[in-house]
Amino acid sequence: MPYQPIKFYQTGSFVVGNRLLDVEARSTQSDPKRANTLTSGHRACQGCGEALGARYALDTVSRVTGGKMIASNATGCLEVFSTPFPETSWQIPWIHSLFGNAPAVATGIAAAMRVKGRDDVRVVGQGGDGGTVDIGFGCLSGMFERNDDVLYICYDNEAYMNTGVQRSGATPGGARTATTQPVGPHPGNEFGQGKNLPRIAMAHEIPYVGTATVADLRDLEYKVEKAMTFRGARYLHILVTCPLGWGSASRDSIRIARLAVETGIFPVFEAERGEVTGVTKIRRRVPVEEYLKLQRRYAHLFGKKPQPEILHNIQAAADRNITRYGLLDDTPDDLKPPGEAKDAATSGHDEAQPEDSETDAMALTSESFEGAR
Amino acid sequence: MLSQIEGSKAVADAVAQCRPEVICAYPISPQTHIVEGLSKLVKTGDLTPCEYINVESEFAAMSVAIGSSAAGARTYTATASQGLLYMVEAVYNASGLGLPIVMTVANRAIGSPINIWNDHSDTMSQRDSGWIQLYAETNQEAADLHIQAFKLAEELSLPVMVCMDGFILTHAYERIDQPTQEQVDAYLPPFTPRQTLDPDNPVSIGAMVGPEAFSEVRYLAHAKQMLALERIPELAVEFNEIFGRESGGLIHTYRADDAETMIVALGSVLGTIKDTVDEMRDEGHKIGVLGITSFRPFPQQQVREALVNAQRVLVLEKALAVGIGGIVSANVRTSLSGVQLRGYTAIAGLGGRAITRESLRSLFENAEADALEPLTFVDMDWELVQRELQRDQLIRRPGTAYEHQELNPGLVAAQLP
Amino acid sequence: MEKPFAITLDVGTSKANHTGSWRTERPVYIDRLPPCNNACPAGENIQSWLYAAEEGGEGYEKGWRQIMADNPFPAIMGRVCYHPCETSCNRAQLDTAVGINSIERFLGDEALKQGWSIEVTAPLTGKRVLVVGAGPSGLSAAYHLRRAGHEVAIFDAEPAAGGMMRYGIPKYRLPREILDAEVQRILNMGVTLDLNRKVTNVEAEMRAGNFDAAFLAVGAHIGKRAYIPAGEAAKIMDAISVLHGMEDAEPPMLGRRVVVYGGGNTAMDVARTAKRLGATEAVVVYRRNREKMPAHDFEVTEAIEEGVRMKWLSTIKHADGGKILIEKMELDETGFPQGTGEMEELEADSVVLALGQDADLSLLEGVEGIESDGGTVAVSPNMMTGHPGIFAGGDMVPDERTVTVGIGHGKRAARNIDAWLSGVAYAGTHKHELASFDKLNTWYYSDAPQSMRPTLDVARRTSTFEEVVGGLDENNAVYEARRCLSCGNCFECDNCYGVCPDNSVIKLGPGKRFEFDYDYCKGCGICVAECPCGAISMEPETI
Repeated sequence: MPYQPIKFYQTGSFVVGNRLLDVEARSTQSDPKRANTLTSGHRACQGCGEALGARYALDTVSRVTGGKMIASNATGCLEVFSTPFPETSWQIPWIHSLFGNAPAVATGIAAAMRVKGRDDVRVVGQGGDGGTVDIGFGCLSGMFERNDDVLYICYDNEAYMNTGVQRSGATPGGARTATTQPVGPHPGNEFGQGKNLPRIAMAHEIPYVGTATVADLRDLEYKVEKAMTFRGARYLHILVTCPLGWGSASRDSIRIARLAVETGIFPVFEAERGEVTGVTKIRRRVPVEEYLKLQRRYAHLFGKKPQPEILHNIQAAADRNITRYGLLDDTPDDLKPPGEAKDAATSGHDEAQPEDSETDAMALTSESFEGAR
Repeated sequence: MLSQIEGSKAVADAVAQCRPEVICAYPISPQTHIVEGLSKLVKTGDLTPCEYINVESEFAAMSVAIGSSAAGARTYTATASQGLLYMVEAVYNASGLGLPIVMTVANRAIGSPINIWNDHSDTMSQRDSGWIQLYAETNQEAADLHIQAFKLAEELSLPVMVCMDGFILTHAYERIDQPTQEQVDAYLPPFTPRQTLDPDNPVSIGAMVGPEAFSEVRYLAHAKQMLALERIPELAVEFNEIFGRESGGLIHTYRADDAETMIVALGSVLGTIKDTVDEMRDEGHKIGVLGITSFRPFPQQQVREALVNAQRVLVLEKALAVGIGGIVSANVRTSLSGVQLRGYTAIAGLGGRAITRESLRSLFENAEADALEPLTFVDMDWELVQRELQRDQLIRRPGTAYEHQELNPGLVAAQLP
Repeated sequence: MEKPFAITLDVGTSKANHTGSWRTERPVYIDRLPPCNNACPAGENIQSWLYAAEEGGEGYEKGWRQIMADNPFPAIMGRVCYHPCETSCNRAQLDTAVGINSIERFLGDEALKQGWSIEVTAPLTGKRVLVVGAGPSGLSAAYHLRRAGHEVAIFDAEPAAGGMMRYGIPKYRLPREILDAEVQRILNMGVTLDLNRKVTNVEAEMRAGNFDAAFLAVGAHIGKRAYIPAGEAAKIMDAISVLHGMEDAEPPMLGRRVVVYGGGNTAMDVARTAKRLGATEAVVVYRRNREKMPAHDFEVTEAIEEGVRMKWLSTIKHADGGKILIEKMELDETGFPQGTGEMEELEADSVVLALGQDADLSLLEGVEGIESDGGTVAVSPNMMTGHPGIFAGGDMVPDERTVTVGIGHGKRAARNIDAWLSGVAYAGTHKHELASFDKLNTWYYSDAPQSMRPTLDVARRTSTFEEVVGGLDENNAVYEARRCLSCGNCFECDNCYGVCPDNSVIKLGPGKRFEFDYDYCKGCGICVAECPCGAISMEPETI
């Protein structure tokens, strides 16, 4: 179970905060005193998913560590929009060295902390998909293999956005980028073998690997927190929407990330020492078109010359994820009547749930639950 | 304490006595014996506290060094040749960030063709990287320069490359006066970083700087490195006070008084040069030697003073700048701006070719006679080279249809419209 | 620390960069009108009292007091209101409507259990208002007028207060102790009640009592008759008399086979009452089909469960001596029933006509300016009759005749009487834009089916007048309250605060909601898209 959802608090744990929960059970982001590790005034585009994802993740690290953290950042949007001289948006010790070396720089920082006996200071490396799956891949793999005490976070927006939306090793098949244009007999990115970094990370059998999106804050925070309970190399792969590169409306940044999960395109799971230990089930499954149609990078699939084959391939990939990770639950807890769903609810937080109704003096009509399904 | 040990061991021991906190390295000949020695010292616990990180590439080695140095740890790495080139991006980054990393480069040629033997092509390629470059003449100096390098690097907050000739020094067994730990501790204070990644005092290191300030940042880097020109001689004096020997400094002259001919060189070849010069001096030749220890920053003033009274200067280079010739000589000539003397460049020892006293004697005598071409290649097999050049001319593909037609008229005629 | 120029920067310095200048649209916090509030005839702020109740504990009293601001009968409402709020509830489009009515009942019962009361805090005005009729509308008006500081006297012709709540609604739907308690709470505020006092001339009463204004809410107690050819032996009664008779010492004699003629809620009430009085047969005869029946579906269902038989598409042609003749009907293309000529005989000891009621308007005879169509009296939108100072509401004015509508009339009349007494016009309240379903982002709401109220076992329902529908226990009630989507009104879920990539939402603390920091807001609109309840709108930026 990736994290324990809270049931029946109107919004449960879907929203950022929930005034009905105990303060300590609320999200880091709902805290009026959250760290804002990435503060206002940064130059990210409107609706930037990466800015959001980075704050979500690092605020959580900051909370867990009591602010005792250092971050190493790869070159890329996140670095450029946060630290143009003479202003920085970071409020934590932070270093940017190069595009391809953020994991190794993090290793160095971690080594320095260890040799100085500063076990309380935790190290985070972070970068975009280019800095992670492509140019930084060697350093990342070395960091994994040595099991250096670093949490590395990849903010995956599926192309080189900083340089103007060129294809990366994380660009999905069929997607338009500036170097995989929607022209010719195979418009958009070719379907290669893919470079599934979470699985590659798992192959290193590091203590913890997790995937998350900006659409599910509680899950993201849970995974960061969980990752911080381990020492050694840990990897989080966070899908972040890029309105510029994906050609989506800035307001849809979270919606699109949510649809990536609900279609099965982006499986949300976690793994320990190479074994999958938790999967976030799809709540309301939708066909991939619902995800794709909100993004102009896929517009060529639906235009005057529709591309059913590409669409089929994308759906097939999503279906494969669903099968591989078991993303569907026949009876989602959310749709179970209150009494039956109890096992999945956090104990201590489910007092709002009706207790075993059968004990009532008056018989309970059963149609209501049938009707609700 | 005198020991008969390999140069790499001397360097490893000296580095260990400097109490580095993080060592990160990737193996490459001829650097390997140094890092092997250090990894053993860490593993045995003789060097503690220290983290030895077996990285997956030189790029990672320098990157780990950047991280640990920025986090306030005294950091050391070593490389050579292709390895240095593989880490170049991070080499520039380390100096740009002003991180006092010390790195040994066991000088080796750069391929292709791949060649594991000594010359200066690797470090010469990094002369503009913003690192201080110190060239060791002997294993004793190599060991001593590392101790000075940490002090220099940390005082200026700049990285220092200690360059020692691969195999010739690294793998040579010599008698070394190894310092005691007490001496090193007395000389080198604990590392107090200028800037560091500290949760109690957070900063953002590595900002993006645009046209509005980039020139100023670069000038400040230059000005900062130039400070080393004052500090290096002082450090050598301080070193002498504690260790009782002369090591380091910007330059060394040898039998240069009233010399009409000055030979300029870097590194271990100075030994052979000095032997040759001794021989010639004994025969009455007015010939002397200028050894440059600090190639970066380049001590223009000191070089000028050492050479200004000579009639001719011969710079012996262990690297070739393809397309022009000498690298050190260009720097020397800049120092001699306005001074009228004859200048010669001799390229020798590329890819590990032995530089013999016989060859040097002949070269120096030709220099004295002003019978040298401005650019001379020592011990070149000219017969082979000429043959190859001729062959090349025969198979060369002319660039115009006319020339091509001459060479192979039938073929080209068939292709013409 | 010696920071190198330009390369190393002091943290948080980007605050100097006001990215708000990028914006072309700005998000603005708004309140939209929840459909439940919009549908409530009593004008309750349902979203608001559910919000309070969601907290549980002290929230119950807060929620109850929020109901009491508009409606003095939460416990009664929770039993007899036909809850148009639930019909319009946006949650119905998600799974099932929030059980608003059951929560209201829980809060109402909780208030009675805890003895919560309303203090009159407004300064006394010295104005006197006469309320004629102690039904829902009259009591509601009296309650609100009293809270506004007026002196209020209620005159009622019956021996007990409640009007139709007592004399029209059977006990199994509204236990009398609940009714009595909620009426008593109003009287405890200092409202005087004169029972058995029928007003025959309102102007005379006002003069005699020195009243400054009057609110008339005498109800509609005269059962409508239909012409049915009937023999001497036929026992034909009207529904309202039967139900009224239930409050007498001896219940009405209906016999073993009872036919109820009509298809409204009153018809259901009578048929179900007949079952409880021992009738072996209770048949509802109605000329159209079930779909066209004006009675609420749940009432029909409950009646059928209790054994009431339905004869749809039937009219009574003749009644006599224990038998009636009914003609089968069919609906024409306009939905109007037409006789088929096919007849059927049915045994019937009595026939009860449940065909609607008229008001007794005799107390207004001769009053200047009054307009009436004979069955109801006309009132302006501010509930005043054509005669200045005389207001009217409830079943005696043309509108839907339900308890809740009457209560709403009473409130509106009280607001207007209060204004009229001060010589000003009641401005009414500003209505926000409706928070329709498309304004919501329902992803964020937990999937949670409605928790049903327990229902009394059918065997006991047909033999006793025990209350049929039970109440929710506290767990169920708070669960149900938390199913509220809070349509159009911020419920402090922190989504906007969390999802802003530019940290440009300021959290003001519990109950204080949020503010935008327009210095940094780039106008991306994520907060609008991800607000579950549609309480933020995007507005064009002006230069």
